[in-house]
Order: sequence, then C-alpha cells, then structure tokens
Amino acid sequence: MQVKKFIPLVAFAVLAGLLFRGLSIDPTELPAARLGQPFPDFAQPELTSGREISVSALAERPALVNVWATWCYSCRVEHPYLLNLAEQGVPIYGLNYKDEPVKAREWLAQLGDPYQLNVVDVEGSVGLDLGVYGAPETYVLDASGHITHRHVGVLDEAVFRRDFSRWFPAIASPSAAAGSEGGR
Amino acid sequence: MRSALRALMSAVICGQLWLAPVALAVIETYEFSFPDLEVRYHQLSQELRCPKCQNQNIADSNAPIARDLRVVLYEQLEQGATDDEILAYMVARYGEFVRYRPGVDRNTVLLWAAPGLLLMLGAVGLLFHFRQRPEAAASELTEAEQAEIARLLGEPLD
Repeated sequence: MQVKKFIPLVAFAVLAGLLFRGLSIDPTELPAARLGQPFPDFAQPELTSGREISVSALAERPALVNVWATWCYSCRVEHPYLLNLAEQGVPIYGLNYKDEPVKAREWLAQLGDPYQLNVVDVEGSVGLDLGVYGAPETYVLDASGHITHRHVGVLDEAVFRRDFSRWFPAIASPSAAAGSEGGR
Repeated sequence: MRSALRALMSAVICGQLWLAPVALAVIETYEFSFPDLEVRYHQLSQELRCPKCQNQNIADSNAPIARDLRVVLYEQLEQGATDDEILAYMVARYGEFVRYRPGVDRNTVLLWAAPGLLLMLGAVGLLFHFRQRPEAAASELTEAEQAEIARLLGEPLD
C-alpha cells in the first residue's frame, strides 16, 4: 500500500529524466556509417591540375578531408579557419562537392587555398560513397587512411580543440597562445 | 450591374481554384523497363529516410541528397539489384538511420521491443487493478457499519 503511493512519483521522475536527457540530444547529428573504414576509393579529376587522382593521392596523414562548395554559405564562414590550420601544418584535402569547377577555382584564387589538393566531385558520387549529406563536412583520416571522425557543419577553433586535436597534438591553437577565450 | 460583377468575381475565384496547383511531393519522370520495378521504386523510396531533412522519406523530400538517392535507387533497380542489396548499399553509407524500418541491433532493440513491453506493462497493471479492487471494497466496512446500514435501510419499512 505504501509503495503504491509512490508509483506516480517514480513514473514522473523517470519520464522527466528521459525528457531532460532529450533536451541535450541533437537530432540532426547522425552517426557516421563510415567510421573505422578506409576512405572509399575514387577516380576523379583534381581541381587545379585536372589530372585524374585516386584515394592514394591522399597520402599525407593524419589529414582532414573537407567537403565544400561555392554554393555553401557556411563554407565561406569556415574558410579562414581552414587557412589558419593549413598554415600551422595540418594537411587538408578538399572534396569539391557538387560544384562548378570554374567557380571553385575562382573561389580559391580569391580567398586563398588551404588545400593540398581538391577532388572534383561534380556528380556527388564520392560524397555519396562517403555518406555526405550536406556541406560543409570535415572528416579525419588517421595515419592508416581510415576515417576516424566526422564533423558536420562549420569547423571552428572550439570544435577543433574539442574533437580534432587528439590527431593533431602538435597544433597550438592560436587563441590559446594569445591567452584569450576559454572555449571547451 | 452588381450581380454581373459578383458573377464575374466568382468566376475568377473559381477559375483560380481550378488552376491551383495540386500539392505533389516531388515530380520526376523515370522510365522503368518493367512495371514491377516501378512498384518497388515507390515502396523503397517511401521506406528510405532522407538524411538531410530527417522526417521525410526520399520520395517526399526535395533536398538535393534525396534527389541523389532517388537516382541511385532508380539506377540500382534497373541494374537488377534486390531490395536487400539496395538497402545494404544505403545503410553502408548513411547508417541504419536511412531506414524507416531499421534492422534489430543493439541500438534499435529497445525500439522494436517497446510496443510489446508497454503492452505487457499495461496488462500487468490491469491485472493488479482488477485483483485488488473487490477485496478492498469488501474489507472497507466494519461490522458496526454494516449493522448501521441495515438499520438505516430497515427503518423506513417499519
């Protein structure tokens, strides 16, 4: 009898706990199906040189593979940070996703080129094999060429420090050096 | 004059209604070489979830990625892939998330078991409810109260 009184309270507590947990779940964040797998092979032209390249061209590792396009506004937002990372020695490969190569070359000429090379993916077939569903997305290729992390959305310093820095321990974040801003 | 104007206006309004576009999800034309491929295309495109827009299937979604997946679906069907092969292809790239009927694994076992568990919980609840009710009702009145009731009910008859 005494126990029975508390059933509604317990039920409420359980429900409240579940709903509270739900508040901190981002439903747009999808688990990447390709994690732990080698980068899918491809045969695509390179953006500036035009020569045909395959996955073996992504030789310098660990590296970032950044999915971008000139139609993607957020890519413009993260571009300066990519330049910053490239300057510090992080190898970045670009996947120019469903874009027009002419516009993409103009973009790099105007805004600077942080990429070692760019895989031209006009049809989006490399993106499809990779499980890309929008731009920007940034993947980490580990030393053995396996995909170990995916970030969807703008890559900035806070995200890099939180999720990427363990593959690039040598990279000092510039604002940490300047002693400003305590991001996570 | 006024009635003529009214007639004209209603004609215009009716005309606009007539011309109003029918809300169709996505209009694309695919030529299928066999009619049953088209049936399977519709089934699969309704069962596959758009990774970008989340709560739409790829048949309904206008997102570029949904369009790409429809093209892939069409091509694979034409090449003679089975439903299982197509689903495996999609899952390899986008995870179980792309299926509205995901396979049973560690993450989805609760999802699949939930209806059965809730039904059982409800049954147990009902069982307790009906088992305890009559006992409680019967034991509520003491002998003195029973006598009082008998007295109250009995009196007017005298």
